[in-house]
Amino acid sequence: MILSFMILLPVVAALVVATLPGADAERAGRARVVALATTLVEFALGIWLWTQFDQTTAAFQFTENLPLFAPFLNWSLGIDGIALMLIELSVFLMPLCILASWVAVKKRVPEYMAAFLLMESLMIGTFAARDMFLFYLFFEGGLIPMFLIIGIWGGARRIYASYKFFLYTLLGSVLMLVAMLWMVNFAGSADIGVLSRTDFPKEAQFWLFLAFFASFAVKMPMWPVHTWLPDAHVEAPTAGSVILAGVLLKLGGYGFIRFSLPMFPDASAQLIWLVFGLSMVAVVYTSLVALVQQDMKKLIAYSSVAHMAFVTSGLFALNTQGIEGAMVMMLSHGLVSGALFLCVGVIYDRLHTREIGRYGGLADTMPKYALVLLFFTMASVGLPATSGFVAEFLVLLGMYQTSTWATFVLTTGIILGAAYMLWLYARVAYGKAAGDDTRAMPDLSPREIAILVPIILATLWMGIYPKSFQAPMKPAIAEVVARLEGRELATVPTDMTLSPALPAIAAPAHAAESHH
Amino acid sequence: MHPIFTSIAIAGPETVLTLGSLAALMLGTFSAKGKALTVTSLFAVAILALAGFTLLDAPAGMTRAFDGLYVADDFSAFLKVIILAASAASVLLALPWLHESGAGRFEYPVLMLLATLGMTIMVSANDLLTLYVGLELAALPSYVLAAFHRQDDRSAEAGLKYFVLGALASGILLYGVTLIYGFSGSTQLDVIAGVVSGQTERSVGLLFGIVFILAGLAFKVSAVPFHMWTPDVYEGAPTPVAAFFSAAPKAAALGLLARVMIVAFPGNIAADWQQILIFIAIASMVLGAVAAVAQTNIKRLLAYSSIANIGFALVGLTPGTPAGISALLFYVTVYVAMTLGSFLVVLQLRRPDGSPVESMADFAGLSKTQPKLAAALAIFMFSLAGIPPLLGFWPKFAVFQAAIASGLIALALIGFVASVIAAFYYLRLIKIMYFDEPAVSLATEGSAVNGTMIAACALFCSPIGMLAISPLVAATARAAAALFPA
Repeated sequence: MILSFMILLPVVAALVVATLPGADAERAGRARVVALATTLVEFALGIWLWTQFDQTTAAFQFTENLPLFAPFLNWSLGIDGIALMLIELSVFLMPLCILASWVAVKKRVPEYMAAFLLMESLMIGTFAARDMFLFYLFFEGGLIPMFLIIGIWGGARRIYASYKFFLYTLLGSVLMLVAMLWMVNFAGSADIGVLSRTDFPKEAQFWLFLAFFASFAVKMPMWPVHTWLPDAHVEAPTAGSVILAGVLLKLGGYGFIRFSLPMFPDASAQLIWLVFGLSMVAVVYTSLVALVQQDMKKLIAYSSVAHMAFVTSGLFALNTQGIEGAMVMMLSHGLVSGALFLCVGVIYDRLHTREIGRYGGLADTMPKYALVLLFFTMASVGLPATSGFVAEFLVLLGMYQTSTWATFVLTTGIILGAAYMLWLYARVAYGKAAGDDTRAMPDLSPREIAILVPIILATLWMGIYPKSFQAPMKPAIAEVVARLEGRELATVPTDMTLSPALPAIAAPAHAAESHH
Repeated sequence: MHPIFTSIAIAGPETVLTLGSLAALMLGTFSAKGKALTVTSLFAVAILALAGFTLLDAPAGMTRAFDGLYVADDFSAFLKVIILAASAASVLLALPWLHESGAGRFEYPVLMLLATLGMTIMVSANDLLTLYVGLELAALPSYVLAAFHRQDDRSAEAGLKYFVLGALASGILLYGVTLIYGFSGSTQLDVIAGVVSGQTERSVGLLFGIVFILAGLAFKVSAVPFHMWTPDVYEGAPTPVAAFFSAAPKAAALGLLARVMIVAFPGNIAADWQQILIFIAIASMVLGAVAAVAQTNIKRLLAYSSIANIGFALVGLTPGTPAGISALLFYVTVYVAMTLGSFLVVLQLRRPDGSPVESMADFAGLSKTQPKLAAALAIFMFSLAGIPPLLGFWPKFAVFQAAIASGLIALALIGFVASVIAAFYYLRLIKIMYFDEPAVSLATEGSAVNGTMIAACALFCSPIGMLAISPLVAATARAAAALFPA
């Protein structure tokens, strides 16, 4: 019942918050308190869930099954390690989002808090759903609160951004829904566990894969359907960006690992070059685009696209290291890019601009802030001891076994990533302040420190002792890899002259022959 | 007992409605002038409720009456419940408008009763002639209702337009009936089915008959390409009348269409009408979605929305399977709640000068001035757009599930893409209400009855309404099974 409780509690809280009595100011104050209390309770429940979780099995745990909405779908819940970690990420970020909006959001506070609480419930539901249509319900339902969050509390071009976000993701999802209907019709069950063990005909797998790909690629987002992301990020309020980057982007990756890989293993193996190709383009192209951005949020948004390309490549390396790396990358990116958006929010609240050129010299005027920003910049670049390093290392390790070629291109992405992040840091923190107002900005307030320090600790923990995060996911990932084993891979041009590695392994035998 | 009395007893709702409408006419005539409208309306609601009660003790299974002209089965009973409920709601929701507009005459509820009688006959018709009688009995009062605000030019125009086009459609339908009679030798649906399934060669004459009947019925459900009257009539007719048109008659006509196609033309010939229906469904979904994008009048928008929704509902009919018919009935049920709810919100709002709201721009900032109504309308819009977890998603889900189970994957794909386009204009209204600043401050009309109905519809369409899925689908499945003799 714990999962149902975690899903329903925020809904109830949202209803309470939206119907609070009193004058506007009173309502706002109460709404903040109720929302924070609810998200903290959710966090505590999440921790409890983690402690109770059996890390030795890939089976779904905490299962519930009620035929509430028969014949269409069942209220069927359960989590494995992958879902658990993503739920942890959601419940961890939520209270921080509420705190980050504590003073920044001034209009319609109760509605804002209610929208966030609904978001939380839908996110947990997406990860906990064991019925495919229940998954779809939560997956799509998230559109409504996010549409309202961007559209009501967003920036200048919020309406354009909210439409783009909504229609883009909806179009991707309906294709997936058609595929889902077909699959359930074929397999006779909507249970994700059953479907993961169903062998769909190879021919059908191809189309099913593409239909799911349409949805997850948009959510992810992958190049070239990533264009909604920078717009949505730039116009969303700070906490909206955090949730978008921190959790919503993970829905795509989660979808790949929960549906595409185990349900369409043959198509996945056949189509890795589609994914690799798009990922390689994304890493290089969006990194270059990030380099020329004038808007901080846009820059981080493009960096998100690049990082997500690492996730997709890691997943489609189709081996343990790659998939584990992709999962750690998702968690790490959730923390780090969420924190970076919070950092932007901190100075945006003071100066009300995100233009990089309007800042400068913050290392002198806001030393604490500069330190925090430095930390997250480094984590984003993937400095050892931060979570970003573990993630990138594992992904590259896994990729290397599948394609040295693609690994090479991805590695250049890391260098470009370092370039745009460090340059961003240099322009914001070093040099001279761009104006008197910039110089007069006060340093971090205790509330802001309270938001950012937990993320720093989590990032370090994941960077120094990633085992705590990997251990619950291992059995579930092993199950996925087992489904993929022995599938016929598309011909992968590994034997490239450009790749320095293959000759090194193959060299002795090869060299011995050629010498004769 | 003489068979005629048995038949009358079987046709319980129709008997009650017939006698009730006559009594209502008397009641209205002999009531005090100021009270006639209210008294007659309440009486009409009581009659509709009573007609509903007669359905309770109907025998299970199929009962034929009037020498097979009329059948009472689970299918007709289910649709009659929807029709009677929608009509009762339509009578009630019109009261404030009738009192205010000065067009309030007691004939309004009486005409509603007569139209409802026609609709109940439609869904019970087992003969092409009963079908025609029901259809005309439903249509004639509707023409009058469309022109009910006779001082208003637009209303008169709407009535005339509806009448001319409706008469044309009836003519086409009748021609189809004669063709079918000529080529099958009967007008009774099950006899036609027997003749048709006995034929080894495809009869061109019958096919023409089917095409004409489909054209006539497509007009009644306002499906593309016979939809042209819908936006004009919705816009011109008084808003409560448009609300009525969008709900009960659609349910009746869809039920009629389903019964005629499934019962009279099963087997081999089904493939022929399925092609036509697939075209009609796709055209309705796509045109309803695309044409609505440019609308600025809320009533026209809802008219296009109903065209698109009919397209989605027809997707349920195309496979010709019990699952499809069940999905169609489920779609109709939810659609009636969504559309009545939307019209109720529009009716409930007043511009500062007391005039009714028509332009979509008037809704700007409604979430600030009327947060409850805005929330309800947002629920209806997201629900019409078919976004889960709102209830409006599940009928779409059901019809496409039925289509895919029958291998109509391309139809499902096109339908879903059309629903994304449609989402755009539903979102536009939400954007106007929630993202824009208030331009004019709208007041509510303040009718408690309408307010309660809005709340009930909104609750039904909200995620809480999902709890109704199980019982509803069980009922629709039972109703659909009645069309398919075991």
